[in-house]
Amino acid sequence: MAPLAPRSGDPIVANVERVNAELFTLTYGAIVRQLLTDLEEVEEVNKQLDQMGYNIGIRLIDEFLAKSGVSSCVDFKETAEVIAKVGFKTFLGVTASVTNWDADGTSCSLVLEENPLVDFVELPDTCQGLYYCNILSGVIRGALEIVSMKTEVTWVRDMLRGDDAYELRVKLLKQVPEEYPYKNDE
Amino acid sequence: MGREVSESCVDSLVIEMVSAYCNRFYASKPELAAPRIEAIGYQVGHQLSERYTIERPRFSDHLEAIKFICKDFWSELFKKQIDNLKTNHRGTFVLQDNRFRWLTRVSIDPSPANTDLSQEPSLATDESKTAQATSMHLYFPCGIIRGALSNLGIPCAVSADISNLPACSFVVRIKA
Repeated sequence: MAPLAPRSGDPIVANVERVNAELFTLTYGAIVRQLLTDLEEVEEVNKQLDQMGYNIGIRLIDEFLAKSGVSSCVDFKETAEVIAKVGFKTFLGVTASVTNWDADGTSCSLVLEENPLVDFVELPDTCQGLYYCNILSGVIRGALEIVSMKTEVTWVRDMLRGDDAYELRVKLLKQVPEEYPYKNDE
Repeated sequence: MGREVSESCVDSLVIEMVSAYCNRFYASKPELAAPRIEAIGYQVGHQLSERYTIERPRFSDHLEAIKFICKDFWSELFKKQIDNLKTNHRGTFVLQDNRFRWLTRVSIDPSPANTDLSQEPSLATDESKTAQATSMHLYFPCGIIRGALSNLGIPCAVSADISNLPACSFVVRIKA
C-alpha cells in the first residue's frame, strides 16, 4: 500500500478530544516554575523538561499513529512534514513549517510561529539560559525513537530569548530498519 | 481566542509531572512530592480563577463562590459541572464529580525505568500502588480548587475522597 501523503491535519483534529489551551499553557507554566524552585539550576530544569518530553513522546506517538491514519513515511523528509503539519496540528492545534534542509536530507528545521506553551509567558532575568519549551524537543525525540529514528533535537531560535520565531533543528542520527524475527528461506 | 489543544496534551503533561515528582525527584520521599504537585495545581487554579472572574463582581458569600467552582469553573475545565454539592453549613463543602475525567487516566506504570533498584523490594501490591499513584495524581486537582478559592479570597484546605469510585469527591474546609 502506497504511503499516504501528509494531510493538512484537519480531519484528524476532529478525531481527537480537544480542550481549552489555557489549562495546558498555565499547567506547563506552573510546572516550569515549580521545577525552577525545586531544581534551582536552569541547566537541570532544561534537562528535566527534555526528559519529561521524551517520556511523553514515546507514548503520544501511539495515539498519533492510531488517530491520524498516517502510515509509514517513505523517508525523513516526509517524516518532518508529517510532524510539522499533522503532528503539531493534532496535539497543539498549530502547524509548523519545515525549512533549511541540509544536502543529504538528514537535518532540517521545524519553525513555529505560534506556540501554545508560551502564551502570556515572559521570562524574568533570573532565568537566563532556560529553554522554556524544552519539553518539545524531548517529545519529538521520543516519538521518533519509537518509529526507529534516533535524532538529535536542538533549539536554534526561541522567541522567549528575543528571537522572532521558535526553531528546532532536527537531525537524523540513525535509522534502524525494521527487523523481522525470522528470515524467509530462499 | 479560544485556542485548543488535544486533551492528551494536558493529560500526558500532568501524568508525566506526577511521575517525575514521585519517581525521579522524590522517589524515596513521597511526602515531599505531594505538596509540590499540589503547589503546581494551586498556581494553575489561582490563575484560571482570575481569568474566569475578571469581569464579574465579587461573590457575595462563600456558598456563591463554591457554586461558581461547581458550575462555571468546573465546566471550563472538565466540560461538565460538579454533580452534587453538600455542606455542613459550618465551612465544609463536599463537591462530588460522579465521573471525574482525570481519574480515568491513572493506571500503574509498569515501566522498568521507574524502578529504583537500590531500594528494597517493595511489599506493595499492585492495588496499593494504583491507590498511591491515584492519590498523588489527585493532589493536582485539589491544588487547583484551593488556588481558585484562594483567588476569590477564601483560604481553605482541599482533599480528595475516592472511597466511592467512580465518583470522586473534593472536600473543601474553609479556614476561619
